[in-house]
Amino acid sequence: MSDLVVATARGLYCARGDFYIDPWQPVERAVITHAHGDHLRGGSETYFLAAPGEGVARLRLAADVSLRTVGYGEPLQFGPVRVSLHPAGHILGSAQLRIEDEGEVWVVSGDYKRDPDPTCAPFEVVACDVFISEATFALPVYRWTDTRNVAQEIRLWWQQNSERGVSSLLFAYALGKAQRVMAELTAFTDDPVYLHGAVASITDAYRAAGVKMLPTLPATVARAREYAGALVIAPPSAAGSPWIRRFGEHSSGFCSGWMRVRGDRRRRGYDRGFVLSDHADWPSLLRTFRETGASRILLTHGHTDTMVRYLREQNVDAAALRTEYGAEG
Amino acid sequence: MRRFAELFEALDTTTSTNAKVAAIVAYLRSANPDDAAWAVYVLIGRRPKRSVGPALLRRWLSEESALPDWLVEDSYASVGDLAETIALLVQPNAQLLAEKSEVSLTQWFEQRILPLRALDEVAQHAQVTHWWRSLCYRESFLVNKLLTGSLRVGVSRTLVTRALSEVLERPRVDVERGLMGEWQPSGQFWRDLAAGTTASGLLHPYPFYLASPLERPASELGPRERWLAEWKWDGIRGQIVRREDECVLWSRGEDLITERFPEIIAAARTLRSGTVLDGEVMCWRGDAPLPFATLQKRIGRKTVGPAILAEAPARFVAYDLLEKDGVDLRPASLHARRAALAEMLRGAPPALAISQPLAEASWESLALVRDTSRALGVEGVMLKDLDSPYGTGRQRGAWWKWKIEPLVFDGVMIYAAAGHGRRSNLYTDYTFGVWDGDALVPVAKAYSGLNDDEIRTLDRWIRAHTRERFGPVRSVEPLQVFELAYEGIAASPRHKSGIAVRFPRIVRWRHDKPAAEADSLADLRQVLANQSRAVG
Repeated sequence: MSDLVVATARGLYCARGDFYIDPWQPVERAVITHAHGDHLRGGSETYFLAAPGEGVARLRLAADVSLRTVGYGEPLQFGPVRVSLHPAGHILGSAQLRIEDEGEVWVVSGDYKRDPDPTCAPFEVVACDVFISEATFALPVYRWTDTRNVAQEIRLWWQQNSERGVSSLLFAYALGKAQRVMAELTAFTDDPVYLHGAVASITDAYRAAGVKMLPTLPATVARAREYAGALVIAPPSAAGSPWIRRFGEHSSGFCSGWMRVRGDRRRRGYDRGFVLSDHADWPSLLRTFRETGASRILLTHGHTDTMVRYLREQNVDAAALRTEYGAEG
Repeated sequence: MRRFAELFEALDTTTSTNAKVAAIVAYLRSANPDDAAWAVYVLIGRRPKRSVGPALLRRWLSEESALPDWLVEDSYASVGDLAETIALLVQPNAQLLAEKSEVSLTQWFEQRILPLRALDEVAQHAQVTHWWRSLCYRESFLVNKLLTGSLRVGVSRTLVTRALSEVLERPRVDVERGLMGEWQPSGQFWRDLAAGTTASGLLHPYPFYLASPLERPASELGPRERWLAEWKWDGIRGQIVRREDECVLWSRGEDLITERFPEIIAAARTLRSGTVLDGEVMCWRGDAPLPFATLQKRIGRKTVGPAILAEAPARFVAYDLLEKDGVDLRPASLHARRAALAEMLRGAPPALAISQPLAEASWESLALVRDTSRALGVEGVMLKDLDSPYGTGRQRGAWWKWKIEPLVFDGVMIYAAAGHGRRSNLYTDYTFGVWDGDALVPVAKAYSGLNDDEIRTLDRWIRAHTRERFGPVRSVEPLQVFELAYEGIAASPRHKSGIAVRFPRIVRWRHDKPAAEADSLADLRQVLANQSRAVG
C-alpha cells in the first residue's frame, strides 16, 4: 500500500482522502495545522482548521474565504479517510492531524512544543504508526529552560532599563510568541505593554479568544518620552527599520529558540537574547517520537539531516520530506 | 569567578561602548589586584599557553554528552565555538552544581588551569570533565573559553585602556605602554601598572602609530612639502629597543622576534643605549626587497641557520626614531625625528637602513611614482605630516597609507564552511577555484567582503545547492562567480594549484558572470611570472 501522506509540488498530500495539509500552492481542500505564514497561505478553495485558531486565521485570509472549523478531537471524513485535529501546543489553535485509513494511523504534527504555554491547549500525544514531525531545533545544543525563568529574566531586564529611564524593545514573532510573553508576564506585573501594529491586531484576536495578557497600548506616538521605561513588543522585521527611531535610547532583546547560541544573537546585534521557543527542543522531539509509538518518523523542516541520521543509528525508520516550511523559531 | 562571569555577561549584553567601559571600571575597582591583573590580561586577548588541545576536548565531550562523534561535530559546526558547544551539550550534575564553592579568577588560572599542563592525560580528563559536570552553563562556558583560547567579548583594547585609565587615574598612553610586551598577570603587576613602574618595561616598546587609508585625492592634503612620502614596504612592522645592555626586536603583534633576525640585532647593537626605532623588517638582497613569501620563511623558524640567512637576508628599514639617549622623542615633530634618525643611521651596517623619502616634489609626480609600486614589490606610498608628533594607535589625520589598487581575479565558489563566533550557523567561509582545463582547482579562501544581506542570501543558496558534505564543509554546485582582490601571488608546492594568493578577499558577487567565464590557472600563473620578473 502506498504512503498515506506524501510530499508533492503543492504540499503534503493525502491521495486517499484527496486533501492537502498546509499546502504552499492553492488547492481545493487544505487542512491547516496553524496560522503562521509558511503553513497557512491564501488562494485555496476551502480551509479546514481547529476552532480556537479561527480568529487569527481570518486575519491572514481574504474576508470571503471558505473556512470550516472543527473542535479538537471532532471527526472529519474525507472519502474513506478519517481525520481529526489534536492540540499541538505551538500557538493558539495549532493542531496535529490524525489521519486514519484501514487501521493505519498517521499523524502530521505541524509545529509543536511540549513546554507549558498559557495561550494555547497543551500538546496531546496521539498514538500512531507514522509520525510526521518538524525538526526546527533538531540539534542537541537546543534545550529549553523553564519558561517561568525566562519570563522572569525578561521582567528583570525591563525593570533595569526602566531604572535607567530607557525603553525595552523586545522583538518576538507577532503571532504566538508575543502573546505568550505577555501572558507569562502577568505573573510578575500588570504594567501595560506598547505594541507594534502587526502585534496589536493578533493580540486583539487572542484576547477575543479569552487569553489573559498584560494590558496593551499602541506604539503609535513618535515621541521617545512616551516610552521611557516601558516595554515595547515588535516583530523581528521591525528591527533596524526607521520605526525604531521613535524610541530613542533603548535596550533590545529577541525572544527565540535561536538565542540559545551566542553567535546567533551577536550576529543579529541584539543586546539580549531570551531563549523562548514555540518549537520542540532536542529532548522533546525524541521524547515525542517515543511516546507516539510510531515505527516510522518523517521530518519536514529544520535540521532534518541530523535527526534522520541520529534516528537511523538508533534503528528507527526515518526519512526527510521535502517541504517549503520555514524557520521562524 | 562569579564576579568575572557577571562582568562577562554585562559586556556581552550591551552594544554600548560607554556601558562596557563602565562595567570594566566597576569590576576593576572592586577586584583584588591579582584578579584585576588576570582580568585585564584576558580582556586584552592574552592567554596562557594552552593546557589541553581542542581534539582531546572534543573526544571527552563526545563521551560526556553520550552523543556520537559526528553529532558533536555537527553541533560544533553549527555553534561555531567549542567552549560554548561544551557548555551547551554537557548537562551539569545537580548535586555537584549545588555544592560548588566560589573560586576566584586567579585561583582558576593559578591553581587549576595552569597546573593542568603538568598532568598526564588521564588526570587532565578527570579534572576537566569534573569541571564540566559541576559548573552552570555560564561558568562552564567561561572556563572552557579560558581553556581553549582567548575570550572574545567584543571589547577592544582601547576600551580596556579607557577603563584602566579611569580606575588608575593615569593617562591612557601610559597605561597602554604599561601593557605592551610580555608580562605575567599578578598583584605585583597590577600595582606596578598603577604606579607606572612596570619597570620590567625596560625593554617595552612604544605603542605603534598606525596609518589610515587615504580615501580622497592626495592633493587635498595641502602643500606637498608639508608631507613626508615614502614607500609602504611590505614586510613586518617592528620596533628595535636598545636599552642598557639589551637589544630586542618587537613585532607589531607585540611578539619578541629577536632570535629570528640575528643580523638585524647585530647591526642594532652598534647603536647607543637608549634608542628605539620604528620600522619594517624586510628580506632584502642588493638594492631591492625580496617578496613577502621569502620573509614568511624566516618568520616560520624559531632558530635560523646559515642556509636561510644566506637565502633570505633580512634588514630593518627604519621609519622613525622614538627614543634617543633615553629620551622619549614622540612629542617632537616628524621633521625633527627624521633628521635625528638620518644622523644616527649614517654609516650604520646595511642591515639597518633608513626608509628613503620619495623626492617627487608635486602630488602629480608622486602619483606617477606610486603607479610603479607593484613592480617594486611595495604596497603603495605612505604620507606623513612632517609637523606631527608620533601618535598612538589609529589616530587619523597625520599618517595616511596611499595604497595602489589591488590585483583582482574572478573565481568560482566550490566549497563553503560554516563560520565561527558572530557568523556561526551561517556558511561564510568560502573556497574559490579557477579553471585548469575542465576542472576547477582551489586557489583562495576568503571570509570577508560580503554584506550581511549577501551572506544570508548566499547561505540559503549554498544549502539548496550542496553537492556533498564533508563534516562541516560542503561542496557546492560551481555556479557562483566572485571577484576577488589580492596582494600578490607566490609559488607554493604545498597547494594543489602550485600557487598561493596573498590576502584574498571578496570585492563583489558577479551575478552577471557565468562560471565558464571565470579566470584560469594559466591567468594567475602569468601574474606570478610577471611579478617574479619585476621583483627578481
